[in-house]
Amino acid sequence: MSSFLVIFVIIVYLGFIFYVAYWAEKNSKSKWVNNPYVYTLSLAVYCTAWTYYGSVGLAATSGLKFLTIYLGPIIIIPTWIILMRKIIRISKGNKISSLADFISLRYGNNRFLGALVTVVCVLAIVPYISLQLKAISETFNVITNHNIISNSILNDTTFYIAILLAIFAAFFGTQHTDASERHKGIITAVALESIIKLVFFLAIGIYVTFYLFNGPTDIYNQASILPNFEAQQTINGLEGGFNWFFLSLLSMIAIMLLPRQFQVTVVENEREKYLKKVTWLFPLYLLLFNVFVIFIAWGGNVIFQNQEVDADLFTLMLPLASGNEFLALLVFLGGFSAAISMVVISTLALSTMLSNNLIIPYGFLKKYSKSESEENTESIKNIRRIAIFSLIVLAYFFYRSFTLERSLVSIGLISFVLIAQLAPTFFGGLFWRRGSSKGAKYGIIVGFIITIYTLVIPFTIDYQLISSTFINEGLFGVTFLKPYELFGLQLFEPVPHAFFWSMFFNIMVYAVASVSVVGNYRERNFAEMYVDSTKYALLHEDAYVWKGEAYVKDLRKVLTRFLGEQRTERALNLFYMKYNIDKNTQLADARLVNFSEKLLTGSIGSASSRILISSVVKEEEISLPEVLNILDETQKAKESNKELKERDKQKDEFLDTVSHELKTPITSIRALSEILLENENIDKETKNKFLSSILNESDRVSRLINNILDLEKLATGKEKLDLKLNSIENTILKSVESVSQLALNKGIKINCEGILAAQLFYDEDRIQQVIINLLSNAIKFSTENSGLVSVFTYVNSNKIEVSVEDNGRGIEKDDLVSIFNKFYQSKNQTILKPVGSGLGLAISKQIIESHNGKIWAENVKPMGAKITFTLPINAN
Amino acid sequence: MKKILIVDDEPNIVMSLEYLFSKENFEVFIARDGAEALEIAEIKIPDIILLDIMMPNVDGYQVLRFLKESPKLNDIKVIFLSAKNKASDIELGMQLGADKYITKPFSTKKLVSEVYKLLK
Repeated sequence: MSSFLVIFVIIVYLGFIFYVAYWAEKNSKSKWVNNPYVYTLSLAVYCTAWTYYGSVGLAATSGLKFLTIYLGPIIIIPTWIILMRKIIRISKGNKISSLADFISLRYGNNRFLGALVTVVCVLAIVPYISLQLKAISETFNVITNHNIISNSILNDTTFYIAILLAIFAAFFGTQHTDASERHKGIITAVALESIIKLVFFLAIGIYVTFYLFNGPTDIYNQASILPNFEAQQTINGLEGGFNWFFLSLLSMIAIMLLPRQFQVTVVENEREKYLKKVTWLFPLYLLLFNVFVIFIAWGGNVIFQNQEVDADLFTLMLPLASGNEFLALLVFLGGFSAAISMVVISTLALSTMLSNNLIIPYGFLKKYSKSESEENTESIKNIRRIAIFSLIVLAYFFYRSFTLERSLVSIGLISFVLIAQLAPTFFGGLFWRRGSSKGAKYGIIVGFIITIYTLVIPFTIDYQLISSTFINEGLFGVTFLKPYELFGLQLFEPVPHAFFWSMFFNIMVYAVASVSVVGNYRERNFAEMYVDSTKYALLHEDAYVWKGEAYVKDLRKVLTRFLGEQRTERALNLFYMKYNIDKNTQLADARLVNFSEKLLTGSIGSASSRILISSVVKEEEISLPEVLNILDETQKAKESNKELKERDKQKDEFLDTVSHELKTPITSIRALSEILLENENIDKETKNKFLSSILNESDRVSRLINNILDLEKLATGKEKLDLKLNSIENTILKSVESVSQLALNKGIKINCEGILAAQLFYDEDRIQQVIINLLSNAIKFSTENSGLVSVFTYVNSNKIEVSVEDNGRGIEKDDLVSIFNKFYQSKNQTILKPVGSGLGLAISKQIIESHNGKIWAENVKPMGAKITFTLPINAN
Repeated sequence: MKKILIVDDEPNIVMSLEYLFSKENFEVFIARDGAEALEIAEIKIPDIILLDIMMPNVDGYQVLRFLKESPKLNDIKVIFLSAKNKASDIELGMQLGADKYITKPFSTKKLVSEVYKLLK
C-alpha cells in the first residue's frame, strides 16, 4: 500500500480523534461524555498494541499463556465494587491526582516516597511507551511494504506521530491546573478508540476464522498437526500451574496499579456508581477481545508454517498475505488506536506524577511561595507540558537506540513486574494500619533492585545474544546468585521468577520495617483514615488527621498564589457557608487548614501542599486516640447541635403561639374594661354584656395557663402518674356525667351502651380528663338537637380501646393527624373559632402516650368523627 | 359619615371595636375572616380597615396584598391590629403597605386617635 495513502489515513484519523476530544471538552456536561459506558471503555486502555499484536504472538509460540494477562483483571474486577470504591473515595476526598500522590499521602505526605514511586513508574513505563511507538512504526512498515528502517529521524513517520501525540496530551491534559480534575476530552477520545480497536480486532478475527478457514474446528484440525502443538497448549503440570498463577496475580496488580489504569479508573471517575457497570462490562470487553486470539495465532501458524514471519505481526500479515489490503488497513488503525491511547494516558499520568511529586516538591516550592497566581498556574502547566514532551521523546529515543528485538510481551511483562513493586505499599497502606513509610520505602527499593537483578539485567544481556557467565553461572560464579534461578529456585520462567522473589523480599522488608519502626503521628493518622475510610469519608474536613492553627490571612495568601483571587474567594466562601463560620474570623481552625491543604493537593501534589501550608501553620502534634476522640466528639456535637437547634426552633414557635393565644383574651379584657371605664353612662344591658365577656375571657386565660403548665409537666415527666387499678367503665361513666349538662343544653344524646367492664392500671384523673376532652369536642362539633355521641370500648388481650364517636361533619382528611398538635388550627376551618385553648387534644395525646397508649382520629360512615385511644393491660 | 371595616375572628374584640366606633359616629362593618373582609370591602368601600393578621383561610397579609393590587380598593387606609409583635412581622406588614401597625393588646384611646389621624 502506498505510504502516502497510509499517512493520509493516519492524519484524517488523528484529526477525527482530536476533534472528538475537543468536542467533549467543550460539551463536558453532555450525557455522551458523562456516562458509565465511556468510563468503562476508557478502562480498556489496558488493551494496548501489545494486546493487539503481542497476544497473538504469544499464543502462536506458547499457546494459551496469553490469557493470564486478562485472567487476572477478570478475576479481580468484581471485587472493585468494594475495593475500588474505597480507593476512589479516598482519592476524591483528598483531591488525589496520581498513584504517587495516593501513596505519598497515605504515608504522611511523604515527599521522598512520592518521588520514589514516580521514579519507579517512569522507569517501568517509558520502555513500555517506546514499545507502543515500535508497534506503530513496525506495522506502518509492514503495511507500506517498507523493509528498511529509516536512519534519519526526519524521515521517520513514527517521530511525527509521537510529536502529534505529545501535542494532543499536552493540550487536553493541561486544561486545568488542578490535576485531580477530570480530562473529559482525552477520556472520551480513548473510549472511542476502545470501540474502534475492538471492532477492528473482531473483524480480523472473524475474517481469519470464517473466511480464511472454515470455522474454529477447521483451524484446530489444521493447527493440531503442526509440530509442538501439543506442548504449547498444555499447562505443564505443577510448574506450569505456578507460572500461570503468578502471571495472573501479576496482571491483577497491573490492572490496578499501572499509572494509566489508576488515571482512568480513579482520577477520571465521575461517579462511584459507574463501577457497577464496569464489573460486568469490562470483563466482557476483555473476553470479547480474546475470543479470536488463539484462532488468529493458529491460523498464522498454519498459513506461515514455512515462512519466517514474526508471530507478533500475524494479525496484520494474515489479511495482507491473502490480498485484503483494506482489512489490513483497518487492523493497522485498530492497533494504532490501541497504541496511541496507551501513550497519551500514560504520559498524562506520568507527567502529573513528575510535576506534582518530583519536580515541584523538590525544585519549585520556594519560587511558588513568592510569585503570583497566574505565573504559578502557568508554570505548573508548563512543567507538565514539558514533562509530557520529554517522556514521549525519551520513549522515542529509547525505541530508536534499543532496536527492541524481543517480543512485545516480554517488555510489557517487565513493566508489570516493576510496577508490582508498588503493590505491597499500596495494598498494605489500604488495609494495614501499621504499614509505615520506612517499610514502604525500603520495600520498594529492595523489590526494585531484585527485579533489576533477576529480570532487567539478564534480559538486556540475553537480547544481545552474548553468552554470559552472569546468566549461566551467577554473579561471581556463585550458583545461588544465578539471576534466573535465584537461591536455586528452578520452578519458574524468568518473569514469574522475578515477580516471586521481588515480591517476597519487598513484602518481607515492608512488614518487618513497619512492625519495628513506628511512623510519626501524621502518618499514623492518615493510615487510620485510609484503612477505616468509610468512617472518615463522611466527615470531610472534620476528619483532620493533624491539628494546627493559623491566620486566615496567611492561608488565603498561599491559596491565592495557586488558585488566584477569585477561586480562593469562592472556595473560602463555600467553606464558611458549609460550616456556618463568620467570614471575618481571623484565626483558622484545623478544618480550614485541612481544607486548604486539600485544595492545593490537586495542583501541586500532597507533599508540596503540606510543606506550603505548614509554613504558615503552627502545627501541634496530635495522637491517634486524640484524633479519634475529636472525630467522635465532632460527630456527636454535630448531632446534638442539630437536635438542640430543632428543639430551640420548636420552643420558639411554641412560645410565639402561647403569647399570641394569651394576648388575644387580654386584648378583649383590656378594650372592654377601657370602654366601661371611659363611658359612665353606658346602658345597663351593654354593661352586663361587656362584664360577662370580661369574665369569660379571664377564664379563658386561666384555662390556657393551666393547660400549658399541664402539658409542660407531662412532657417533661415532672408529674408522676398516679397509677392504680381502676375500672374503665366507672371512669367513662363519671366523665359522661360531668359533660351531661353541656350535652343537655345542646340537645345532644350520649350513648354509653357499648362499654365493657375491665380493670387496668392508670391514673384515673388524667384519663378522665382525656375522655371529658373528647366528649366535649364531640358535643361541640355535633349538630344541635340531632347530635348523637357514642362511647364504646373494645378489649383485646393486651390492650383496651376506648372510642368516642359523633355524627357531626367529620374531620378533614388533612387534619386527622395534625389536630393533635399544639394550637393547631385547621386551614380548612370554615366555621368561627370554636371556644377552646387549642391544647386539649395535645394534652390528651401526651397523657395517653405517658400511659404507653396510642391515640388517633378517623372518620366514620355515613358521617362523623371517631377518636380512639388505647391503654395497655399489664400483667401486673 | 366615615365607614370602618373591622376584621377579626375574636367575637369579644369585635364587640368592643364595634361599640367604640359606633359611638364615634362611624358606619361600622364587620368581617370574621379575610375572605369575608374582601367581599365587604368590595361592596361597601370603607374609608379604613382594622385588620387582624392571624385568621383562618385568608390571613391579614393576604387581604392587604389583595387590596393593594385592586385599583378600586388601594386607597383604603389599613391598620393592622395584631398580637404578633416580632420586628419581622411588623416589617412585613409595613412593607406590604399598611398605614399603621398596632400590637394587641392596645389602648382604645390611642386606636381611635390613630384612626382619626389617618382619615384627616
